[in-house]
Amino acid sequence: MSEPLLEARDLTKNYGTVEALRGASFTAYPGEVVSLIGDNGAGKSTLVKCLSGVEQPTSGTLLFDGKPLHLSSPNDARDRGIETVFQDLAVAPDLDPAANMFLGREILKPGVLGWLGVLDKKAMRRQAAEHFTRFGASLQSIDVPIAALSGGQRQSVAVARSVAWASKLVFMDEPTAALGVVQRERVLEVIKRVRDEGIAVVLISHNMPEVLSVSDRVEVLRLGRRVARFKAADTTVEELVGAMTGALSQEDAA
Amino acid sequence: MMTDEKTTLSAQSDEQRTPLLKRLTGANTLWIGLVLLVLIAVFGAIRPDAVFQVTTLQFLLAETAVLLVLSVGMTFVIITSGIDLSVGSVLVFASVSSAMAMNAVSGGDATNAGWGVIAFGLLVAVVSGAVWGLLNGLLISRAKIPPLIVTLGSFGAAQGAALLLNNGSNVSGIPDKLNRTFGSGTYFGIPNIVIVAAIVTALGALLLSTTRFGRYTYAVGSNEEAARRVGISVRGHLTKVYLLAGTLAGLAGFMGNAFFRVAVVTGHETDNLNAIAAVVLGGTSIFGGTGSVLGTVFGVFIPAVLEKGLVIIGVKEFWQPIAVAIVLVAAVWLDQTRRRARNQR
Repeated sequence: MSEPLLEARDLTKNYGTVEALRGASFTAYPGEVVSLIGDNGAGKSTLVKCLSGVEQPTSGTLLFDGKPLHLSSPNDARDRGIETVFQDLAVAPDLDPAANMFLGREILKPGVLGWLGVLDKKAMRRQAAEHFTRFGASLQSIDVPIAALSGGQRQSVAVARSVAWASKLVFMDEPTAALGVVQRERVLEVIKRVRDEGIAVVLISHNMPEVLSVSDRVEVLRLGRRVARFKAADTTVEELVGAMTGALSQEDAA
Repeated sequence: MMTDEKTTLSAQSDEQRTPLLKRLTGANTLWIGLVLLVLIAVFGAIRPDAVFQVTTLQFLLAETAVLLVLSVGMTFVIITSGIDLSVGSVLVFASVSSAMAMNAVSGGDATNAGWGVIAFGLLVAVVSGAVWGLLNGLLISRAKIPPLIVTLGSFGAAQGAALLLNNGSNVSGIPDKLNRTFGSGTYFGIPNIVIVAAIVTALGALLLSTTRFGRYTYAVGSNEEAARRVGISVRGHLTKVYLLAGTLAGLAGFMGNAFFRVAVVTGHETDNLNAIAAVVLGGTSIFGGTGSVLGTVFGVFIPAVLEKGLVIIGVKEFWQPIAVAIVLVAAVWLDQTRRRARNQR
């Protein structure tokens, strides 16, 4: 296998006296879908926060493309092509899909107008429409507020926004939670398409069949540590659950 | 091939746009504008002789100009889901300090002062408004004190400070030149003070609807956390929005000086509520995230037209606040019902 894209070694994170991570490691390779699973409280969310710059680990090292990496803010991660789809979506419900996609990265008009901060709405709408079509987020209209869309459409906008800007890696925290069957399939389709473009996808999910169907690899966290690593093709739901609950452990995983 | 693809895609993105007519009728602004037109038409039909008189209209516009400038700033604040109760007091403070500064540099009485002194007075008014706005903004964004409390504080403090400055009395000695040109002068029949207010309003509307600053204002009001996560400096933006509201209140204070030829320390206690009512009447949501400057323009004129119109047709003007109250509560109720329906999807 190729060199790891993102590697975390022995991360610890303490919140006061609570140890959320106790020497957790994690690896993601370019162009793969790797699922991060674990029971509630295993430290998945904390790990993702540390890897996406939202929080800083108490100790441990991060390597990106083999070089040490320090993330002091989400912007640091974004500058390196790492994007995150948050569980609560984090969209602005009153803005339209195009505005949301370009939020914080607005295209300005060329020349003096751009210097005055005038937006090039037409260009943003055009690019957003192209992008949504490419990632199968079918929207009837591109200029209605996000709040007027269905839950699934909102989700697809949030996913499409992140993959639009990710050049290296996307974290997706429960991207299919609360979705209908068709929309769930569509998001999984998008995940595969992103992977096929050479971008790594880290999927956090509680749905084991879904994890097995879309992932190339699975890493399991338990009590703040990595306890097992599987190739998705060679494992079963029973094995994954066993690793999550502590019934099964791999010596070399930590 | 590449260009073919581009054209089909852009054609498609145009198709995906809602047609103009549908967008217009879907907007609150259109309906509020219609309400205003109907009001004018009704009063005009009853007393065409009195309503469509140049002086009536001139007076209506001039009296509303100061409130309009305050309300433009208030629109930005309310779109961020904030509130600014201090605008009236800041106006008084700016008006008093500007008048006193002009008197001070003219040896005690600025009545016959020239343009240099007037420009200095404008600067003092705008800067003192900006300082109050900056103070509001920093307390709200850095100290995380709710806007209602911060601006309730500066509402009292700015009024108190204005009274302290001149021992509680009005300041006279406003330059004649300022009043003749800017305060009571007209240009093709339109009062100059109205032209200034219209320019400020147009700039505010452009800032809100076409620039990144405006886009961030909506984003912060719509979902502060989402704005923060995409890397927008929410604290910095909130500070700038309150700074803008304070600066416009300072400018409004200077306009008041020019119009009334005196810096008055009373009579602005309910400016804040009038500005909030105008903004909300104009379709800006008190919960933040949506709104427009054009709507605010309509919202400013509805109460003003009602007041003038009721007087002209001989109804007791005491009905005006009652009528405004009904429209205001109905507007918020409609906004709330629409939001609830939308969020249930």
